[in-house]
Amino acid sequence: MEEVLQLLTQNARMTNAEIAVLLGKEESEVTQIVEKLQQDGVIKGYHAIVNYEKLSHIPVFALIECKVMPKAEVGFQEIADRVMALEEVDSVYLMAGNYDLAVFVKGKTMQEVANFVAKRLSTLDSILSTSTRFVLQRYKQNGVILEEKEIRDPRSMVL
Amino acid sequence: MEPKVIFNHHLKNVKPSVVGKFLEIANEYKEIISLSVGEPDFMTPWHIRQAGIEALEQGKTFYSPVRGLLALRQEISDYMFKRFDTLYQPKTEILVTVGSSEAIEMAYRTLLNPGDEVLIVQPSYLVYEPMVNMAGAIPVIIETFEKDGFRLKPQQLKEKITPKTRLLILPYPCNPTGAIMEKEDLEAIAAVIRETDMLVLSDEIYAELNYSEISHVSIASIDGMRERTIVTSGFSKAFAMTGWRIGYACAPEEIISAMTKYHQYAIMCAPTVSQFAGIEALRSGAGDIEAMRSEYNMRRRYIVDRLLKMGLSCYEPKGAFYVFPNISTTGLSSEDFCEKLLKQKQVAVIPGNAFGECGEGFVRISYSFSLKHIIEAMNRMEEFIQELSQG
Repeated sequence: MEEVLQLLTQNARMTNAEIAVLLGKEESEVTQIVEKLQQDGVIKGYHAIVNYEKLSHIPVFALIECKVMPKAEVGFQEIADRVMALEEVDSVYLMAGNYDLAVFVKGKTMQEVANFVAKRLSTLDSILSTSTRFVLQRYKQNGVILEEKEIRDPRSMVL
Repeated sequence: MEPKVIFNHHLKNVKPSVVGKFLEIANEYKEIISLSVGEPDFMTPWHIRQAGIEALEQGKTFYSPVRGLLALRQEISDYMFKRFDTLYQPKTEILVTVGSSEAIEMAYRTLLNPGDEVLIVQPSYLVYEPMVNMAGAIPVIIETFEKDGFRLKPQQLKEKITPKTRLLILPYPCNPTGAIMEKEDLEAIAAVIRETDMLVLSDEIYAELNYSEISHVSIASIDGMRERTIVTSGFSKAFAMTGWRIGYACAPEEIISAMTKYHQYAIMCAPTVSQFAGIEALRSGAGDIEAMRSEYNMRRRYIVDRLLKMGLSCYEPKGAFYVFPNISTTGLSSEDFCEKLLKQKQVAVIPGNAFGECGEGFVRISYSFSLKHIIEAMNRMEEFIQELSQG
């Protein structure tokens, strides 16, 4: 199961037949494993990794560091639920350290992101403060180097 | 008076390798995918490199003892015992060499006299035969076949033994065929060998790259074989350490002493920094081996599957990192096949006859390259085969 997951993490478009060849299993067995991983919610989706630099409209990415007042009984869950419901939000993590929630957003323009922070995020009542950090350059995403240089094989042919 | 250069006549008589000629052509192409290389594509694992860096930082840049650092020989001894159930004394029965290549050469130099016959199982690593010639001895080839999984059969061995036979070169797991010898296979040939006074040089450099369910068995672990066997191995393939140039030989004291004498005069010692890295590799490299083996194994399955789908006959390799498909159905010779594939599709593989005449009709494909490249190379090769069959 872990081997299947590892291959799909590297390339989600690999077919069950291809995975079966690589792992020396029957295709039907791989199909069963993949279906189970999906049913159990281990695999939550498959996404393309996009190099936006290649597009005419490059979106703006930002990390918003939020300090939060946790509430009795529910802790951070309630505010996390509210933040993750916002459609501009890509990812939300609870962090150890100087701030609590890391909120990753994608917007069309810097203004759009700024508006989102000012009007929708910082107005939520348990958010104490926010600090917005705009991404200047994305080099690597989900393990993929976005502008990969072709590296020549350094091996010499000796024999 | 003009100087006169007279070359050693053994060297003069050695033919240049088919591979050399072929690689010259290959180097002219830019978009080439080369599945011809015989070394891992992985970098040496970081903690091993770090051990090398630390040795440099601490100025451990002097000659090591002639036989190699005792701490390294101790690690080799422990490793051989744990992995292959063979016990060698670190002080007297192990010699650290400049790659396993040197270990093989030292064995030849130490054990062969002019006129001695050396049995060489082929197809195999293309160095064994010319080096026997250069040592002044006579290579006697034992051909192995696809139908036998390229294993050495006792009957074939028996037929080639003469009173002059001194040494058998046993090259398993085998470059280029990927064949292995399992315990029963080794027991069967050991029974033949024990009836003679010959020795065995077992080149076990690919021992860790074995994809069958049972791990590698060394012939030295078979009854009555340890006292007549020289095991050569090294760090290059298992730990992706080709450029560090360290290997070793394990054999009975008498043989190691003689090899050490030669090694002392010719080489002095293996690179010291590399030896420190080697200690780290053996102490904590087991996980690295496992990770690399599992990656190679995926590539191996993938290539075999693709070759079979192309309609080629292909022995499923059990070891090393090569596939050795039979291309004779294309009607081309090995060299023509490789040259056309290279020129038309810019994929480099090695003609099978480079590994002995009986390798004719086969090509060697190395899978020590990323799956991404292998997939592309297989796509191109498939096109090539289709175009051939369409004439």
